[in-house]
Amino acid sequence: MKFNLKVWRQKNAKAQGKLVDYTIDNINADMSFLEMVDVLNDNLTRKGEDPIAFDHDCREGICGMCSMYISGRAHGPHHAATTCQLYMRSFKDGDTIYVEPFRAGAFPIVKDLVTDRSAFDRIIAKGGFVSVNTGQAQDANNLPVDKADAEKAMDAAACIGCGACVAACPNSAAMLFVSAKISQLALLPQGGPERNNRAINMVNQMDEEGFGNCTNIGACEAECPKEIKLTNIARMNREYLVASLVNE
Amino acid sequence: MSELNSKIPEGPLADKWNNYKEHAKLVNPANKRKLEVIVVGTGLAGAAAAASLAELGYQVKAFCFQDSPRRAHSIAAQGGINAAKNYKNDGDSVFRLFYDTIKGGDFRAREANVYRLATESRNIIDQCVAQGVPFAREYGGLLDNRSFGGSQVSRTFYARGQTGQQLLLGAYGALERQIGLGNVKMYSRHEMVEVVTIEGKARGIIARNLISGELERFFGHAVILASGGYGNVFFLSTNAMGSNVTAAWKAHKKGAYFANPCYTQIHPTCIPVTGDYQSKLTLMSESLRNDGRVWVPKTKEDAKAIREGKKTAVDIKEEDRDYYLERKYPSFGNLCPRDIASRAAKEACDDGRGIVPSGLGVFLDFADAIKRLGVEVVKARYGELFPMYQNITNEDPLKTPMKIYPAVHYVMGGLWVDYELMTTVTGLYCLGEANFSDHGANRLGASALMQGLADGYFVIPYTIGNYLSSEIFTKAIPTDHPAFAEAEKEAKERAEKLIGVKGKKTVDDFHKELGKIMWEYCGMARTAEGLTKARTLIQDLRKEFWSNVNIPGSLDEFNPEFDKAGRVADFIELGELMVIDALNRNESCGGHFRSEYQDAGEAKRDDEKYAYVAAWEHKAVNADPVLHKEELIYENIKLQVRSYK
Repeated sequence: MKFNLKVWRQKNAKAQGKLVDYTIDNINADMSFLEMVDVLNDNLTRKGEDPIAFDHDCREGICGMCSMYISGRAHGPHHAATTCQLYMRSFKDGDTIYVEPFRAGAFPIVKDLVTDRSAFDRIIAKGGFVSVNTGQAQDANNLPVDKADAEKAMDAAACIGCGACVAACPNSAAMLFVSAKISQLALLPQGGPERNNRAINMVNQMDEEGFGNCTNIGACEAECPKEIKLTNIARMNREYLVASLVNE
Repeated sequence: MSELNSKIPEGPLADKWNNYKEHAKLVNPANKRKLEVIVVGTGLAGAAAAASLAELGYQVKAFCFQDSPRRAHSIAAQGGINAAKNYKNDGDSVFRLFYDTIKGGDFRAREANVYRLATESRNIIDQCVAQGVPFAREYGGLLDNRSFGGSQVSRTFYARGQTGQQLLLGAYGALERQIGLGNVKMYSRHEMVEVVTIEGKARGIIARNLISGELERFFGHAVILASGGYGNVFFLSTNAMGSNVTAAWKAHKKGAYFANPCYTQIHPTCIPVTGDYQSKLTLMSESLRNDGRVWVPKTKEDAKAIREGKKTAVDIKEEDRDYYLERKYPSFGNLCPRDIASRAAKEACDDGRGIVPSGLGVFLDFADAIKRLGVEVVKARYGELFPMYQNITNEDPLKTPMKIYPAVHYVMGGLWVDYELMTTVTGLYCLGEANFSDHGANRLGASALMQGLADGYFVIPYTIGNYLSSEIFTKAIPTDHPAFAEAEKEAKERAEKLIGVKGKKTVDDFHKELGKIMWEYCGMARTAEGLTKARTLIQDLRKEFWSNVNIPGSLDEFNPEFDKAGRVADFIELGELMVIDALNRNESCGGHFRSEYQDAGEAKRDDEKYAYVAAWEHKAVNADPVLHKEELIYENIKLQVRSYK
């Protein structure tokens, strides 16, 4: 297979970036998208050109490191898949493919397709946990949890923190990400004691980082590789509202 | 050998750890605030250690090469975590988990360490549940368990097919909490490139800031390495692309002995290799073997027809199928341990009965499970895994059997540590997969998560205090100390030399070449002849690497190719040590199978001569390493032939 690629190249955070054209041939349909980029980089390196910088690690859809906005969609054309889980058989021979970084004010570009998503870590640091020191726990089965709640909590906990939701959102909102963690812990009894502070503090940090607001567009849910549901945002809003009233 | 003191506490096996904890020296809270600890790596072991030590009051600096501590490769573990809770009332106990782990490791692990691991397994589950880890539950609201590779009791806790992710996010949450409180300073996108020692004690590290390329100096009263395993020495493995041996290898070159490097785990259920472009292999969780049946056709003719696309699995009648694990190991069947299942797959394929075009693949069939349980139950049980398989291979495992083959997955070898998890360098600790301690020659399924978290949450917080209590008068050493300057200079010169080669071949050319050598000669079956040849090949490769590698870009920028080159340079040196170790061990045990030592395909151990840990001391890149032996003494169990028949 042959492809025309238009790839965002940007030397560093301060430099001006632009789309650069590349043509690549002899691509096997069973290659993953990242393996295709590996081949391109291999070609560039052998020609003495600078290879394209991109984030990737586990290559099995769980670490959340890979990103890429591919022809107008976060993680490419597939539903419920990360870029590393995208295979070239999803494209047609001769396709022109646009490859850009996840764009958001709160995700500054480091180089080419690599962005700085540390804002997510700072939001988690404000409350995305249960405050239990090592050794303080009671026996695990002393705290039964309704199976349905546990399943819903697991649905939310499946978030891999990749930032596709932010990249897909016209407002660059991080609400799907933040609400997934708030929901996981709100659905479990362990999260009870801190739920009010958690909602307030995480939402405040989210605003401080410069993420936008939710206007119910739903692009985040549509593009989420882990199918995190929009209802989590509703739950987060409820948590936040209750917390605001209680804390008054 | 006197220096290899494993410091195993006195007393009966079951009391050793308690005795230790009750007598370990303590550091008072005011002093803890003055003590700084460096933690390299933020996987289960690293994140758990960093969080737990910060909770105790130490000042922690944590490092990871990824963009966030949440990305460490522990996140990819699918199946589960073992714990001797006996919630199923099926006869489990600490002793049984201990025994299964020792036996699974083919009697090449330390009794005292493994017993401690089995003991702490119970606390891990409690801790993780308290953190809000959403483990699978039964309708009554209590925790669910399943049985997992090599185990006859149900002691594995799981969170769908994402157990590693959920446990890591629990530890990451605890770590972020401490970062938020100011007790941990986090350095993401930093790679440790040197350990700094002063007067024989580890006192810090040099790390490369991967964004700016700058070398930065960090002081610590103690240094903990939790930097994961070195499976990527094989190029193709189930490890993440960035997983590397660099931190551990630099420590090795600064005096930390490397133990049992040849013990590698080849996992039986991975998606087979399809092409040269392939960058990694994907694991299909071992839990699939609970319901899936492994088979190949009985005849070579049928296998050939399948390889050529003339027949499919359904064309092979029941009586013409060889369910070889059930046939050879009737009491464990498809659930036999990983090393055994992998070798059996290799045998079947070597016999010409592989079922993928390359010849290297066998079936994992769910047809019977679907008949017994129904499609919905099977789908629910393996939630993430089936779609993942289908996405990669374009085949639906509910309709046609999976195709699998073994792939490098985990390494049991690592830096030698004593009972306190301290390496042979004073004040330098090693945790999790990066150390050698608990799995012997083969690791059982669902034991890696257990070990990483036990080391991080429940062992190091006690053992490091025993050391740091004698360091309370050591003031923080400024990083303009000559030892820091010297270590930085060394790292800088190495980097300049590497990028200055400007040769013709890419970093991946070398990495792939190394991988081929390792897989061919130091993979599932090894011989003295092959290993001897491999050593020469690796030495030649090393020389060529340092004279012909081409790294684009410069040192003062974000340069992933350079980062990769540094890691491959270390893998090449490690590869040679693995081969030396495999050649030294004239026996077959666990993941180390020497073709010369077998009983009709079954590994033949030599307890008389090889019931020891081989700990290697580095001398120089061009010199032979020196072997130190730690005898393995079994006081509580009888060594026996590991039979799963």
